Amino acid sequence: MTEIQITLSILFVIIGIVFMLVGSIGIIRLPDFYSRTHSTSKSDTLGIIFAILGLVIYEGFTQSSFKLLLVVLFIALSNPIGTHALARAAYKGGLNPFYSDDELKEEDKQ
Amino acid sequence: MESFFLYSAVVLTIIIAVPLYRVLYGPTLYDRILATNAIATKTIVLITLIGFLFGKIEMFIDITLAYAILGFIGSLIIAKYLSSSKMKEE
Repeated sequence: MTEIQITLSILFVIIGIVFMLVGSIGIIRLPDFYSRTHSTSKSDTLGIIFAILGLVIYEGFTQSSFKLLLVVLFIALSNPIGTHALARAAYKGGLNPFYSDDELKEEDKQ
Repeated sequence: MESFFLYSAVVLTIIIAVPLYRVLYGPTLYDRILATNAIATKTIVLITLIGFLFGKIEMFIDITLAYAILGFIGSLIIAKYLSSSKMKEE
């Protein structure tokens, strides 16, 4: 367990947690449902990728670290897809975005 | 190294508790589902961290994989139900 491995994994996990914090704050502060999907699908996924990569580095070169990489790959693919499906359902359900195009045009006219 | 994992797990639980506000006060139904989806994906990292804390990493990684897959399928099914015709009748 070299020093570099430990410091690198600590660094990665901290970066991951910072991104997840940003994702959570984004869920609270962003004005509209569609802008909130940004925070869950993007910064959360990046936070998870960094955190689990940090654990993979700490784990070294074993079978379980390979399984952790599989988890990272699956989350990197599935999280945006799930959020996209939800946003599509919301759009079909009639939830119009914060500023739809026609509202913008009316504001320009005034 | 153990204490670092412990502190990061504690910080992570605080981060996981933050979207609960959106689950309770979310104006629309979709916000609530989005917040629960966010909580579900964050617990994946929490489970792995706890696995490292307990030392039995193989067991917890399998739990994490199952949880990630089920969380993903769950949110897909909810999205499919919401965009289905039954939802429009209510």
